[in-house]
Amino acid sequence: MKARAFSYARPTTVGEALEAFAGSAADASYIAGGQSLVPALALRLQAPELLIDIAHIESMRGIELQGEWLRIGALTRHCEALTDPLIAQHAPLLREAAPYVAHPAIRNKGTLGGSVALADPASEFPAMMLAMGAELEIAGREGVRRVPADDFFIELFQTAIEPGELLVAIHVPVVGPRHRWAFDELARRRGDYAIVGSGVLAELDGSRVASIRTAFFSVGNIPMRAHTVEGILTGRDLDQAAIAEAQAALADDLSPPDDEHTPASVRLHLARVLLGRLLGRLMVPA
Amino acid sequence: MNAPLTDLDRPNSYIGRSVPRPNAKRLLAGRGRYVTDIVLPRMLHAAFVRSPYAHARIVSIDVDAARKMPGVRLIATGEDLAKLCSPWVGVLDHFKSMKSPPQLPLPVDKVVWSGQAVVAVVADTRALAEDAAELVYIEFDELEAVVDIDAAREPGSPVISPELGDNTCFHAKLDTGGVDDIFANAAHIVEDEFHFGRHTAVTMEPRAIVADYNATEPRLTVHHATQTPYQFQDLYARHYGIPESCVRVIAPDIGGSFGMKLHVYHEDMAVIGLSMMLGRPVKYVADRMESFVSDIHARDHRVRARMAADADGKILAMDVEDVTGIGAFSAYPRTSVVEGNQVFRLMGAPYGFQNYRADLQVVFQNKVQMSQYRAVGHPVACTVTERLVDLVAARTELDVFDIRSRNLIPDDAYPCASPTGYKFEALSHHACLAKLRTMMDYDELRAEQAELRTKGIHRGIGIAAFVEITNPGPAFYGVGGARISAQDGAILKITPSGDVHCSISVTELGQGTETIIGQIVAEHLGVDRARVKVITGDTENTPHGGATWACRGAGIGGETALQTAKKLKENVLSVAATILQEQPDRLDIQDGWIVDAATAQQRIELSEIARIAYFRSDTLPPGTQAQLTVAHHYAPQGYPFAFTNGMQACHIELDAETGFVKILKHWVVEDCGRVINPMLVDEQIRGGVVQGLGAAFFEECLYGDGGQLINGSLADYLVPMAVEMPDIDVAHVETLTMDTQLGAKGVGEAGTAAASAAALNAVNDALAPFGAALSQVPMTPVRILKALGHI
Amino acid sequence: MSDLITIDMTVNGEAVSCGIAPRETLADFLRQGLELTGTHTGCEMGVCGACLVVLDGRVVHSCLMFAVQAGGSVVETIEGLSDRSAIADIQQAFHERNALQCGFCTSGILMTAHSLLSQPGVPSRDEIRDALSGNYCRCTGYEAIVDAIEVVAQRRAATPQIAEAVA
Repeated sequence: MKARAFSYARPTTVGEALEAFAGSAADASYIAGGQSLVPALALRLQAPELLIDIAHIESMRGIELQGEWLRIGALTRHCEALTDPLIAQHAPLLREAAPYVAHPAIRNKGTLGGSVALADPASEFPAMMLAMGAELEIAGREGVRRVPADDFFIELFQTAIEPGELLVAIHVPVVGPRHRWAFDELARRRGDYAIVGSGVLAELDGSRVASIRTAFFSVGNIPMRAHTVEGILTGRDLDQAAIAEAQAALADDLSPPDDEHTPASVRLHLARVLLGRLLGRLMVPA
Repeated sequence: MNAPLTDLDRPNSYIGRSVPRPNAKRLLAGRGRYVTDIVLPRMLHAAFVRSPYAHARIVSIDVDAARKMPGVRLIATGEDLAKLCSPWVGVLDHFKSMKSPPQLPLPVDKVVWSGQAVVAVVADTRALAEDAAELVYIEFDELEAVVDIDAAREPGSPVISPELGDNTCFHAKLDTGGVDDIFANAAHIVEDEFHFGRHTAVTMEPRAIVADYNATEPRLTVHHATQTPYQFQDLYARHYGIPESCVRVIAPDIGGSFGMKLHVYHEDMAVIGLSMMLGRPVKYVADRMESFVSDIHARDHRVRARMAADADGKILAMDVEDVTGIGAFSAYPRTSVVEGNQVFRLMGAPYGFQNYRADLQVVFQNKVQMSQYRAVGHPVACTVTERLVDLVAARTELDVFDIRSRNLIPDDAYPCASPTGYKFEALSHHACLAKLRTMMDYDELRAEQAELRTKGIHRGIGIAAFVEITNPGPAFYGVGGARISAQDGAILKITPSGDVHCSISVTELGQGTETIIGQIVAEHLGVDRARVKVITGDTENTPHGGATWACRGAGIGGETALQTAKKLKENVLSVAATILQEQPDRLDIQDGWIVDAATAQQRIELSEIARIAYFRSDTLPPGTQAQLTVAHHYAPQGYPFAFTNGMQACHIELDAETGFVKILKHWVVEDCGRVINPMLVDEQIRGGVVQGLGAAFFEECLYGDGGQLINGSLADYLVPMAVEMPDIDVAHVETLTMDTQLGAKGVGEAGTAAASAAALNAVNDALAPFGAALSQVPMTPVRILKALGHI
Repeated sequence: MSDLITIDMTVNGEAVSCGIAPRETLADFLRQGLELTGTHTGCEMGVCGACLVVLDGRVVHSCLMFAVQAGGSVVETIEGLSDRSAIADIQQAFHERNALQCGFCTSGILMTAHSLLSQPGVPSRDEIRDALSGNYCRCTGYEAIVDAIEVVAQRRAATPQIAEAVA
């Protein structure tokens, strides 16, 4: 399993990277952690002729509190999501999801930006962007823009990032004192892609749900929010009846596909079970 | 576990001790030498163009563009290699009526499985070979693929090898008689249809081979990741027409095998021919994706089985129909029939019933070839038997331990035979059953299970009895005409400085063969084992023998080492006696010293005997010829197999909402005769159990309707990993075999034999309150949810 | 496109400067270019863990990066860790407990063990298994490996000098 030949460039700024991409007559690809790209090249599923190594662009690193937002550089590694105190404090859903992302050695190299830009529907972090209401900062030759997560995931492996553009940072609204969150996934083995997974982030007034975001992964071509479920729960007291109603409504929001391993009905069933368990964790203790 | 030697121990008493492996240190330092590491001067690399179709005629092959790619040194097709290599047929005479089409390294007319290698590209690097392989254009004429074991046997369905008439490789029946009467009158009949997933070995090191043909000698040297260099020396010599004495096969460190690396693979045979065509070394390493579509598969069985019992739960008879799907031809030289043969002969083996009927059909499929993989057939036979026993228990309201207590062959009933003709020397089912019950604290687990059920927590406990075939004699392969040795040989010598050098024909795969041979030699010779060096795996440096498979290393290889050591000791004592002017039987060897047998007083050091023998033969009495090197062979001649037995138990927790199972704990009580190194034996058992649990919960090769392997990658074929696997407690009963002085039987496959049976029984135990049951492995969450009626 | 790029890196404490083809993985470069065959390749797609090395202080899959990406980096392989005795106590515990059989996964497992044991605290058996979640072993069934790592963690906690010496 050896990749086809390619050329290699290592820019040190975002501008240089964008120029390298635009200036390449041949098919180019950015590489950051490479944990998903390198196997694709080895399997010859992809064969760019130029690999632009963006892993050394300083402006894409760093985690910084900016008022009501936490700015997370796209090159932040998965392992940092596990250990960084600012993430733990202000974007805890990322900290919850991180232990489930692949394995320690992958987490030591793979980047949050890479995961979100690839938008594998079975991955944890893209779905957490939805759950947290994050905004994705994209740099192109025309300038920089921020895209809300709800508008970011378009189709299978297709996001708001246009060819040649770079995801440079992730902006997460910081959680407040009334926020509660929960994450879980069902995977055959630790670190496997989940059969189904979910993260929920709610703002609670006692036991009343002031607002709630629910995101699911491995349920379709893109990570998805369960809007009907959210509608049912918003303004309600979070109790067993509400949870049961939410579970029943999940079929309105999710239509998972059949595949050779898992029938759609199983995925939906497991998503329902998971939703019930996560909402249960959000319930204010009596 | 590893008790230090005390003054009360006889010096050098290593047998029975958990000593660490001398050859593991370099592996821990990253200094292993695997075939994947080997680099030879002017070595080239092979890649293969593979068929995407499961069944197709080869219309044309265009290699012009590929030939022009940088670094390409040779492109070879089936026709090129057919000129050098004679075809092989994977049949054995003792499987009457067995049939299989001849095979060549690369196909000439058609491809018969998706992933079959069609064209070989040899280049300066593997990457360059793969670049060129992308430009080989093969025109195929697709044929209908045979992918279903029932459809394959329907008249009118496509026949893979028309010259054979149908798609049945082998059909055999066993019938003791009396079965129909028993079933007609039995108080209880239980039955089920069992489905077993197709498995593959997934060794850490993939298959690897470096063939180095030098026409000027002539000499073929093959560095081959194989369990059995001797078999391949013979095969390469015969099929490529090279004198046997000019063929050397070296098996260096092997990164796992479990039986998979025993078999002939088309690509591996091709590589020999490629080296001959080029006159340069050629290396081929199967990458992981290739491994899935070319390594042998195993265990693809559908078994319909019935068990009859009387009102008291005494098992009276079994009636079994086993249909197994193999590849498009039988594997060579060990066939694709042995597994099925063992399945239908091992059914019910631990139990005393004597009436049995079975029908085995081995059916060709357009899928990857199939052959022996760890615990050949045992898991299937054990799972079917043990599940039916649990069903009888449920019917008769007997506890699972009690039903077995009632039916296992009594420990004093030996020797006896199974209804399928297996002869048992001495087994210990009841002793193992009792030991298991105690060690797992069964009663406590049942009480806990009942209590937790009231809280909606569903635990399951399952047990399984098993019998295992080890130490096979020539009845296994030799009688069928295969040049696979059932005997072993060793050359043992005292070196000039008094060290001991042992070359022996059993092989090391990481299980510890070299270590236990060293223990046996050191003990029976009387030296510190640190001074014993064991050499294996090279046809040039060791006698011809059976190598390691079917758990023969300890029992047969160990006995060979023991007898050879005794012979050498006699020679040493003979020289020592001459030097000391003593009677040889008044002397012994302890810790590298010749001593007075009665008083243990040291008389002369072994190294001194060696010095005299090698350098001062002038000081020996006239007529004394010191023989400090001996060669000796041992062929098993008692029972055709040394059967072992044991019990396993599995404890799980079922999440009834998601169908996910957590394996809490597993236990094994094993009787493998004399245990030479408890730590190594226990680790073999643990590794085997985890492979069995992988089969029970995770592993299966999934095929699409067109015969494509759908999940042929390490991300999709799920092998067991650390988080999902339990701690495994192991205990032993030791019933020696009287066939050898050593008394050891084999153990390498025992863990795998019954682990999935115990697991299936455990899951069914957890499902019982829901009125649900499974008779298929792997027990995936989807299958469990279906059984529970959630979907 | 078949041009070699001169790459400088430090491998096992030695400065290395080589012309490397961009498509060559770090694993292949270490094994073939530098003949450090202690790092193994079992899948070439980052699933089995046989290829783990230390890169700039963290354990990563060497099959999941191209050698050119490691330009300017510090790499340590099993040979390096072994030769400077950084994992001597781990290797000894593995040897005593027979926490390896064929040895092909062992280099990667030792890397994971080294990484885990370099963190403060004594991991539980579950935590050890979790740390091993990316290391495939087909021979041992994992329990002996967990035992060996557990023993080292306890020994290091009992004698802090060992822990300091190997860092």
